Order: sequence, then structure tokens, then C-alpha cells
Amino acid sequence: MNAIFGIPTQALFGQLLIGLINGSFYALLSLGLAVIFGLLNIINFAHGALYMMGAFGAYFLLTKFGIGYWWALLISPLAVGLIGVAIERLMLARLYKLDPLYGLLLTFGLALIIQGLFHNEYGSSGMSYPVPQALQGAKDVGFMFLPIYRGWVIAVSLVVCFGVWFLIEKTKLGSYLRAATENPGLVQAFGVNVPRMITLTYGFGVALAALAGVMAAPIYQVNPLMGADLIIVVFAVVVIGGMGSIMGSIVTGFGLGVIEGLTKVFYPQASNTAIFIIMVIVLMFRPAGLFGQR
Amino acid sequence: MANAAPTLAAPAGAADAKLHRIAFAVMAVAVALAPFAFYPVFLMKAMCFALFACAFNLLLGFGGLLSFGHAMFFGGAGYFCAHAAKVWGLTPELAILAGAGAAALVGSVTGLLAIRRQGIYFAMITLALAQMIYFFAVQAQWFTGGEDGIQGVPRGKLFGLVDLSHMPAMYSVVAVIFLGGFLLIYRIIHSPFGQVLKAIREHEPRAVSLGYDTDYYKLLAFVLSATLAGVAGATKALVFQLASLTDVHWTMSGEVVLIALLGGVGTVFGPVVGALIIVTMQDYFSQLGAGVTIAQGVVFVICVLAFRRGIVGELSRVLKRSL
Repeated sequence: MNAIFGIPTQALFGQLLIGLINGSFYALLSLGLAVIFGLLNIINFAHGALYMMGAFGAYFLLTKFGIGYWWALLISPLAVGLIGVAIERLMLARLYKLDPLYGLLLTFGLALIIQGLFHNEYGSSGMSYPVPQALQGAKDVGFMFLPIYRGWVIAVSLVVCFGVWFLIEKTKLGSYLRAATENPGLVQAFGVNVPRMITLTYGFGVALAALAGVMAAPIYQVNPLMGADLIIVVFAVVVIGGMGSIMGSIVTGFGLGVIEGLTKVFYPQASNTAIFIIMVIVLMFRPAGLFGQR
Repeated sequence: MANAAPTLAAPAGAADAKLHRIAFAVMAVAVALAPFAFYPVFLMKAMCFALFACAFNLLLGFGGLLSFGHAMFFGGAGYFCAHAAKVWGLTPELAILAGAGAAALVGSVTGLLAIRRQGIYFAMITLALAQMIYFFAVQAQWFTGGEDGIQGVPRGKLFGLVDLSHMPAMYSVVAVIFLGGFLLIYRIIHSPFGQVLKAIREHEPRAVSLGYDTDYYKLLAFVLSATLAGVAGATKALVFQLASLTDVHWTMSGEVVLIALLGGVGTVFGPVVGALIIVTMQDYFSQLGAGVTIAQGVVFVICVLAFRRGIVGELSRVLKRSL
């Protein structure tokens, strides 16, 4: 059997794979947004810009210092995470007593600045980043040829996503975090340094975005605007999933990536808008989102 | 912006109303005299953006709803107006009405969806819906011209009589639309409807408990705001004889937020002041080459961190009058 519903299986699985890759990035980004939103009550509009910085971090490390992919996977998220810590300490920390919309506006301004700076420096054409040697080539997995790097991205995303889920839902540190989400004052009274926890949470969420950026670098081109449109799709993913649960963001992220991939096979004209249309449908029937509680 | 917004919503007393009349008269005179000192196209652009920002401010400043997708009304109406004038051959006033009607229609549909959530979600939903409209505009080349946009839109003859290709005629039309739109918004804000809107902004559950159907009020405010934003976008399309993807892109949605924030959210004259500054800044930077985005980002950050009342908001605090 080499066709399903009249679609060659090669094309079907190919798009399914691309969908899973996109889904990996949706999941990593919406996961970071959800973690940040849980504790800071802020929607981080700069998430896409910081994802782009993660990819550029990998590019700089390679071209300026000759440091390869594996170290970049560690250094770039750390560096972007530190920048996140600075952003939180210097700016966001002043806004917690205000309407959360101000946090959205501030991070939107930051995104404009970051994207503008990179755009001035590098223009809008992309730079390519090589696939690391160990992950080059493709493997025959019976029904299709799987490029090893793509398989790697999906595997790492799954591991990271479930790692974060485990950290937050099943460990003691995570229990502090969840408690502080519910009632920061009380948690602070028990002797937990909540402001520091907030800072580190923002840094962590942002580092997740940068990690996604490093992994995206060899697949997409490294481009100053690579995060700008992506973040809007991720917002739609967040609205569909609802920000109530960590697992919700992971499942919605991967799920919507796959649906988008399938749209490319069956009705390519709608592939750009598929996720937005799903958002509209979800809003009509379940305004709080699939996993959200009002 | 719910509770954090400076509460300038005190009912306009007789003294304030008088002040507003004087300020409006000054503004009208300035609009009439400005073309003798400044480049008219620049002024018309500023007036279009001012009306756009006033319409946006009606929703945010008085309804407490932050829309991050107003570009879909501004740019969408621009496309309809341009298409109506160029392909259907309508007269300019009908073309602008077609644009506004399209914006009202899109506003009703998106409004019904977006008001199902509040606050941050409302912002994200409007942004996502606007992005969807953007992708439609990219794909529907038969209507929008895709990447090229609709170029060479004829300004036509107003009511079939006055040729708008003459600068003074076009300028007068834009001035009348801007001042008329401003007065309409002023009237809406100070009507019983506007008062209910402010009540919803301040405390929605209480407004519900008083028996107001808040969803209805929010939807009406959203549609009004969308329609007026559409009028601004349609007028801009005629002024520049162009409708393009720039006007439906999310950066345009961000720009109008910035204009309102800089001028003063929830003030009557703030958006006009903000529009004048931002349009001037854009002109200045576009001569410089690049860096508009960075400058806008910096203004955003400064406004949010240190200047949340905006220019007119600060002014009215100093004067202890609502402006």
C-alpha cells in the first residue's frame, strides 16, 4: 500500500514529519509561555524574539568562536536565560502591581527593539547553519526515509517537554512553584524566596525558547524575523490549549503541528490559516480552551 | 486597562466641557492652517492615524479592551475602499463607506469571538484573528493584489462633482472626516452608552449585577471602534492611492497601540497628539534609513515603565482637568 486517500504515503509521512517538527517548536514555546504566565501573570511577547536570539547565539558561537552545535545547545540557552533574568529584574519586576496588559506591552516593545537591532545588522535574508556531523544523513525506517536530525529534534523536544512536566508536577521544587502560582504571599511567609523564584522562572522559560531556537537553526535559516510570525501562531496555540496545564500546552503544541502538516497535504491553501481557524472553532464551543479552567 | 488605567473617567463637568470645546476649536483651526506650513500629504497621513488611534482608544481607554488586531480593520477597509474605487468604479464617498462597511462586518464577527475572553486572552485572540486576515490578504490576490497591493487607486470625484486629485479638495475631505470622526467618538464617550462602557471597564461584575448586558455593550464598542478604524484606513488608501499588506500586518496593530499609549490611553485628545508624534518620528527615521522599529520599541518600553499616563494624561493630571 503506497497511497492513503489517494495521497502517496511518502508525501503524507513527509508532511506529518514536518508537522511534528513544527509541533515540537510550538510545544516548547507555548510551554515556556505557560510557565512564565503561571507565576508572573505576564504574556511574554518577546518570546519569539528570544527564540530568534537562541538561533543567532548558535550562529555566533560557530562563526566567531568555532564552537559547535553541542556546546551551543548548552551555552546559547544559558546566555539568553541570563538576558531574561536581566529583563525580569530591571523591567518586568516594576510591573507586577499593575494590570497584566502592561507586561504584554513592555515585552512587545522589547521584541521590537531586539528584532530591529538584529534586522539592522543582518537584514532579512537568512543565514544557514550546518547540521552537526553526528546527526547528518537519513535512516530508512520502513515506510519512509527519516532525516536523522529531524528525528533528533522531535525526540529532544519530547524529552525536554516531559522533563519540565515532571519537574513542575512531581518534584518538591515544582510544588513550591505551583504553590507560589496559587498564593505567592503565603509561600513567601513559609520562607521561600518568591521574588528569586519568579526571576529564575522567567529565565528558565526564556531559555526554553532559546533552546528551541538552537534546534531550529539547522532546519530553518537563522533569520532576524524567524520568531516574529511564529509567536503569533504560538499565541493561537495557547488560546486553543488554555494556559491551565503544562501537559495541555505540550499536547496542543504537538497536536496542532500535526494538524497543520496534514492540512498541507489535503488542502494546502489553508495551511497558513488552519491553526487560526481551529482557534475560532474552539472559541465558539469552549472559550476557556481545551485544557483551561476559567 | 481595567484598574491600572488612570481614572480620568469622572463625568465631564461644565468646566471640562468648555475646555474641550476650546481645545477642539484650537485643533480645528490648526487643521485649517497647517497646510500652509507643512506638507499636506504628511498632515493627511497624521489625521488618518489620529482617527485610527481615537477609534482604538474608544475600545481600550473607555471599554478597557486591548485589541492587538486593529490592523485588520484599518488595512482591510483600505483594501475594500481601493477595490471599490478602482475595480467597481465607485465615487470616493461610496468607496470609503464600502471600506467602513467591510470593517464593521469583520468587526462584528471577530468581536463576537474575541469578547468571549478578557484581558490578555482578548489581546492574543484579536492578534491571531488579525494574522488570519493578513494571510487571507496575502493569498486572495484577485482581490488584494497580493504582495503588490492595489496601486494607482483613483481618488475620483466626490459626489461625482469635486475632483479629489486636487490637493486642497482632498485635504478638506480628510479634515472633515477626521474632525467629524473625532466629534462622533467624543459624543459616544459622553453618552449614556459611554458611561456604561466605563462602568464595565472599572468593574465588570458590578455592571452585570446592575443588570447591564455587558457582552452587548462590549460588542457594540468593538464594532464602533472597528468601523471608525475602517473609515481611517479607507481614507488613507485614497490619500496614498494605495492599499498594501503593510496596513494589515501586525506591526500596524502595534503602532496604533503605541500611538494611544504615548498620547494617553483614556484621554480624549491623547491619540491625536500621539499620532502626530509617531508619524513625525516615522518620517524622520525613514529619511535616516532604518531604525524605526527600534525607536518605536524604545518609546514603548519608556511609556510602559515610566510614562503610563501618556502625554495628555500627564498634562491633565497637572491641570487637574480631564482632557
